[in-house]
Amino acid sequence: MAGINKSTIARKVAMALSGLFLVLFLAQHLTINFTTVVSPSTFNELSHFMGTNFVVQAILQPILIAGVIFHFVMGFVLEIRNSKARAVSYKKFNGAANSTWMSRNMIISGIVVLAFLGLHFYDFWIPELVHKYVESHPDDPYRYYDETIAKFAGDPIRTGLYVFAFIFLMLHLLHGFASSFQTLGAKNKYQKGLAGYKSGTSKLIRNLTTAYAIVVPMGFVFIALYHYFNNL
Amino acid sequence: MKLKLKIWRQEDAQDQGGFQDYTVDGIDGDMSFLEMLDVLNNDLVNDGKEPVEFDHDCREGICGSCCLQINGEPHGPDRLITTCQLHMRKFNDGDEIVIEPFRATAFPVIKDLVIDRSSFDRIQHAGGYISVNTSGNTQDANSIPIEKEKADDSFYAATCIGCGACVAACKNASAMLFTSAKVSQLALLPQGEIEAHDRVLNMVHQMDKEGFGNCTNTGACEIECPKGISLENIARMNREYLSASVAG
Repeated sequence: MAGINKSTIARKVAMALSGLFLVLFLAQHLTINFTTVVSPSTFNELSHFMGTNFVVQAILQPILIAGVIFHFVMGFVLEIRNSKARAVSYKKFNGAANSTWMSRNMIISGIVVLAFLGLHFYDFWIPELVHKYVESHPDDPYRYYDETIAKFAGDPIRTGLYVFAFIFLMLHLLHGFASSFQTLGAKNKYQKGLAGYKSGTSKLIRNLTTAYAIVVPMGFVFIALYHYFNNL
Repeated sequence: MKLKLKIWRQEDAQDQGGFQDYTVDGIDGDMSFLEMLDVLNNDLVNDGKEPVEFDHDCREGICGSCCLQINGEPHGPDRLITTCQLHMRKFNDGDEIVIEPFRATAFPVIKDLVIDRSSFDRIQHAGGYISVNTSGNTQDANSIPIEKEKADDSFYAATCIGCGACVAACKNASAMLFTSAKVSQLALLPQGEIEAHDRVLNMVHQMDKEGFGNCTNTGACEIECPKGISLENIARMNREYLSASVAG
């Protein structure tokens, strides 16, 4: 940690790498979740595999949790350092004139996503731990679909909270995903900010990251709404 | 034009400072922003009051001395200009204009609208140079062939006048655009290759030591830069820094 914290660029690179890792995880999570819409039995199989496989449980899950914690802690570290860099604020600061809301408010979208993770863990992860390790229920590979759907069925507030959080996840990714490539030093040709690519790699990165930032969170929104309305 | 001005006044570095309201009349649209402040100061002097201190030198967009935050933007609402190149025709009769110094912990206010930007000088001193043998046998720079694109990018980076608008515009008060321009202008040329690793490590270290914030790639710096220094330079500096760090 001390090494990572030694310079502004090292901190940002660590932030970018952990962000890219979480971006990859989101794609995997969406893929599995989407099977609840097309094939509940496949969802049960995949969930059972993820919940019982040694490599997933003992290696990948701790790495994921470490990645999530690192990304959020480093986000707050950067925010605190940045606020110290301007001890006296402007009376008038027209940020909208030169940058997007998403780029200026990553901490806000990040906090919303963090709060959502709390709810998500309360809904799924903690009950799963209790089921397996506290109450020590026998292995049941067919329980996952029903347990998941039950969270959304007849609960407009929970469904609404999930939709709200995914919109903020989209805002977070719309800046963060493209920004991580800039931090890692991608050979980009920009004009008037990250949104105004000129050519080549930057155009590809901008289009791909924007598409991902919209499609993945909206995919999660679709799944939540699908199960809510399907169980009215 | 008659304008209402809300100007930051601060006696010295220790003073807390605060805004004072002024009214200035008879402003012509063809006047520069600094000329408008000259008119105000004339009025203040005639009234026996202390004029507003502000930095200026060339008044043609080259020196980078004038550094005012005008209505929430460094160098005002226009693009690719310094404060001295901002014309009053950008404002309307009766407008209120808020004028502040560039704000950053690394740019302490000395008096009124004048700030201390010597932190930029120290970043330059840390590595913004190439060591050349000037014993009389110096090779003519033009004898070294350089790719056109690299030469152009180096020249574009070298147009940075060090005004500090990038820091002022950045919500994090980051100096990455300035530092990256100074790193890039040399890193792109064969003459700068020899000290490339030390240069980027030392300049970034000095930048951090001065207390500038972290870059979050908002792009505000590039938009507000009077010379249009590109964000490409930040990506290039990141590459240079990573490569220098790996090389040890």
